[in-house]
Amino acid sequence: MPETLLFYVLAGVAIAASVLVIGQRNPMYSVMLLIASFGALAGLYIQLDAPFVAVAQIIIYAGAIMVLFLFVVMLLNAPQEDAAAWDRAHPLRQPGVLTFGTLLAALLIVELVWALGRTLGLAAPVAGRVGPATVSSVRELGRVLFTDHMFAFEATSVLILVAMVGAVVLARREEDR
Amino acid sequence: MDLRTAVQLGVIGLTFFMLINASALLVLAERKIMGFMQQRFGPYLVGPHGLLQPLADILKLLMKEELRPKGADKWLFTLAPILSVTAAFAAFSTVPWGAETTLFGLLDQPVKLGAADVNVGVLVVFAITSMGVYGIVLAGWSSNSKYSLFGGLRASAQMISYELSYATALAAVILLAGSMSLREVVDAQAGSWLGVLPRWYVFLQPVGFIIYMIAGVAETNRAPFDFPEAEQELVAGYNTEYSSVRFALFPQAEYINMATMSAVATDLYLGGWHGPFLPPAYGWIWFLAKVGFILFAYIWVRWTVPRYRYDQLMTFGWKWLFPASVLNLLVTAALVLYFNA
Amino acid sequence: MIPLNHYLIVSAILFTIGSAGVFLRRNLITILLSVEIMLNAVNLSFVAFGRAAGDVNGQIITFFVITVAAAEAAVGLALVIALFRHKESLNPDAFTSLRW
Repeated sequence: MPETLLFYVLAGVAIAASVLVIGQRNPMYSVMLLIASFGALAGLYIQLDAPFVAVAQIIIYAGAIMVLFLFVVMLLNAPQEDAAAWDRAHPLRQPGVLTFGTLLAALLIVELVWALGRTLGLAAPVAGRVGPATVSSVRELGRVLFTDHMFAFEATSVLILVAMVGAVVLARREEDR
Repeated sequence: MDLRTAVQLGVIGLTFFMLINASALLVLAERKIMGFMQQRFGPYLVGPHGLLQPLADILKLLMKEELRPKGADKWLFTLAPILSVTAAFAAFSTVPWGAETTLFGLLDQPVKLGAADVNVGVLVVFAITSMGVYGIVLAGWSSNSKYSLFGGLRASAQMISYELSYATALAAVILLAGSMSLREVVDAQAGSWLGVLPRWYVFLQPVGFIIYMIAGVAETNRAPFDFPEAEQELVAGYNTEYSSVRFALFPQAEYINMATMSAVATDLYLGGWHGPFLPPAYGWIWFLAKVGFILFAYIWVRWTVPRYRYDQLMTFGWKWLFPASVLNLLVTAALVLYFNA
Repeated sequence: MIPLNHYLIVSAILFTIGSAGVFLRRNLITILLSVEIMLNAVNLSFVAFGRAAGDVNGQIITFFVITVAAAEAAVGLALVIALFRHKESLNPDAFTSLRW
């Protein structure tokens, strides 16, 4: 029973924070709310017997990527009055279009919830079939990562290097010649 | 609620209580040690030999006026010190500070001394410490002042740069111990070689220990790496616009981060609570002694060495410390493979 | 014991919220944040399915998704900075110079 309560609390926080993220005008608040959503998701991962993924989510996502977003938001510091004037005049921001879009999103959510709730094959409890020891061992995770998925691992390291170089080159100031 | 649960809750409460007292004692210790190093007595008037000085400091801060600049962001201005101090306290949650105890035989099964013990404990400490960056960044931004903003950006850039060396030094110790739970890392350092030299990892990983200590000092924005803070003496820092309680939380977070770094260094490199002459159930005395020594070293370095300039600091972190840390990890991995094969 | 489809429902709701953010918001940074929400929803699905099947590959794929998301966020934000320097605006409709 406390497990189910914890699940509902964490899922509720994650969903509420995500809805607020897309509804905020100030991008600073959006970033902080997204960090809260990530924290709730980390809690859900721990409930799914994946402690390493949970901690990796906090370290990488909430601790590094969001800091990057925060730096960019602070450095750009886009004036907000201009954005408001632009939004009011824009055809896509008219109230009718916005409500239509939100309505469509709500309809999609209802449809997905109905479809997934009725699927019988997925109704078994998550922890029912297999014990946690096989899934949550970090040793097992490392072993599979470095033997079966070795190529993907090395390719990802090259990807990170390329992204680093690309980010530095793209954000460089134009030199005056 | 049975006795065992009550004792476990008591241990968690005792850990929290220890941390709060540690921050108060560190305020006094810093000023006294600084005084003695400068050939003067530190605070001397409040209480016998100045021992009640932290109390006076805290009372003074609590009774100051709570200011908030008009242009400051209402929510984030208050959230920043709360984030800082919450991350500082929460990072200590998976750090064990003593062996198991049966409370003089009252319990059937012994209770481990430490708030929690998870099998990825080292990473949890690292994860929550990296959340402490947000407190500083938000403090700098929400004060709505150019100098606060730059101070906050510089401090957080410094913190995230030195996190890399910190994590790689950590990874080398995890390789040696074969587990990510801090309690198991400490237990792997029990015993001694030839009855004389304890099996501490500082003897197996001297370079790693030095890298970890330097990265730890830079992480907590202290000692020679406190340029973003010392800007207060020159221009401004991220906590310029703060006063009273919100201000008091920032140095408290800093001292608790220091205590956490020292405790993790003790657990990883100095053998935690293992030591001669004492039965294991009293190992926490050794733990406190070792943590106290590292904290003394923190304060000693601060008042001895001049400060790094900011670009020197970043160059050192990226060009010297991080490659040294990676090299340390590679050599450790090679040696572990060689001696275990 | 929580049924698997509860986790999938949460994942579906988060994914829809993320895609609604990408379509409806007119601020480059918020669009990137919505993409991150979508990636997280997918991660949750992977871990839930991996746990239900007793397979550790669910968590491994999550690893790679997190890493790719980090790389994509870095490059995306560098692009945002470059665009902002050009036009002083974060509205995606301001960048129309290639339209006919």
